[in-house]
Amino acid sequence: MTNVVEIQGVSKQFKGGTVALQDIDLQIEQGEFVSLIGPSGCGKSTLLRIIGDLIEPSRGTVAVNGKSARQARRDHDYGIVFQDAVLYNWRTVAKNVALPLELAGWPRERRQQRVEEMLDLVELRGFGDHHPWQLSGGMQQRVSIARALSFEPALLLMDEPFGALDEMTRERLNAELLQIWEASGATIVFVTHSIAEAVFLSTRVVVMSPRPGRVSKVIPIELAQPRTAETREDPRFFELATEVREALHFGGQVEVIA
Amino acid sequence: MVRAAGVGQGARRAGLLLLVLAVLWGAWEGFRALGVHYHWQHPFPVDSTSMPHIHDMLRALFEHPNAASPLLIVTLLKAAAFTAKEAALGFAMGTVGGFVIGAALAHSRMLQRGFLPYVVASQTVPILAIAPMVVIWFGSQHVTAWVSVAVIASYLTFFPVAIATLRGLHAADHRALELMRSYAAGTWTVLWKLRFPTALPYLFSALKISATASIVGAIIGESPSSIQGGLGGAILNFAQYYTFQPQNLWATNLIAALLGIAFFLVVVLAEKIVVRAAPENVA
Repeated sequence: MTNVVEIQGVSKQFKGGTVALQDIDLQIEQGEFVSLIGPSGCGKSTLLRIIGDLIEPSRGTVAVNGKSARQARRDHDYGIVFQDAVLYNWRTVAKNVALPLELAGWPRERRQQRVEEMLDLVELRGFGDHHPWQLSGGMQQRVSIARALSFEPALLLMDEPFGALDEMTRERLNAELLQIWEASGATIVFVTHSIAEAVFLSTRVVVMSPRPGRVSKVIPIELAQPRTAETREDPRFFELATEVREALHFGGQVEVIA
Repeated sequence: MVRAAGVGQGARRAGLLLLVLAVLWGAWEGFRALGVHYHWQHPFPVDSTSMPHIHDMLRALFEHPNAASPLLIVTLLKAAAFTAKEAALGFAMGTVGGFVIGAALAHSRMLQRGFLPYVVASQTVPILAIAPMVVIWFGSQHVTAWVSVAVIASYLTFFPVAIATLRGLHAADHRALELMRSYAAGTWTVLWKLRFPTALPYLFSALKISATASIVGAIIGESPSSIQGGLGGAILNFAQYYTFQPQNLWATNLIAALLGIAFFLVVVLAEKIVVRAAPENVA
């Protein structure tokens, strides 16, 4: 197995002295679903942005698909989904999904065909001519996922994509995301602060601690695939959620409570 | 249903328009009647010269100012068409020039620091001081006089567009820009696919100001260029005969105002067509 993401000794210090990340080492293999979880201020979003070369690390190196993060960005090796859908209001849904294809110079017919496929994938067939503001928050976020996957990137970076949605919508989109993940074969790095979401979705959960941001524990989630509604009721699901919770609260050190 | 609602709304708006016109008419005639009755001397003596009846102004449109000339409205509509031509060219040049200046300033902080003060200063110089120089410069190159007037009009119109462009091109959401960066999009791509569409609502606000300013610029620009065929010429002419026929100048002002409103409405219509994707942004 090759590493899609290879992070070595990455630190990030912002102007003004705040140390957002310190000595992060992390390897992510092809086809993995890795969640970064931690309290706000632990640098999880910063780490995601460093992987995507949206910001630069102060020290250390990041390789994506065996290239520098910058080269990977230039080669369109990853798609990104933010907490807000960040759709362009003046474009229809179909044209939003087609945006990265347009920039990559795809011919019109191939673009239209791919947009249809992507809208099918996120179950928004027939909404191509709508404008973003005509859709619910959950639907907008699905458009944003379709846009991120439209050019079949090897890597999908997701920054709390369902954080602004209600619990019911979030669980439904979690299930949909797993189907998309399996169908596309993409590697996913997923930032969240929901323990249940991290455990349900991931093959590995990376627990981070704040000030300075560090990896405090990496927990493999060996729940059976595919994950279904029953997964959430599996006793093992609760054990793993507890493990993540304890890692979050005690910085990875198991404390015995008398 | 939708259609009926649309018609109902249209009727309401037309009704409101008429109501406001009636109120304004009433205010003018009411003030006039009181002033004449009580012989007001302040803020000015009220009589038929200072405040002609509105129906006299309207009637003047359909009379001959003197025996040799055609109906006043015919003269004024010809003048309005002439001024509209100057203003339209001035508006177009001002819009393009303003956009280019705004985009250049938005692109470089150094340019902005260096040149923005002069762009602002340009608007503190009275247009009456600029106009004769423009006429002299262009006249020496045998450029048709009305084009000089258009240049003068563009001097008033470029400024709002430049400032709105500067502001609008920086109005793109931080995340929307990050998305473009993730696609490794170049400066021009970001400009046309993201910054320009984001700037459009700002631009249209500026264009509405510029549309009316272009008429003012054209009217003022006509006097130093000794152009007789436009509304500026008509205003100067009727101002000389104001004591005898005040209603003619008021009628001219009325036509000038209607021309300004027409320009404004064209911009509103263009905005409705162009910015239809974001209706909440259309004023």
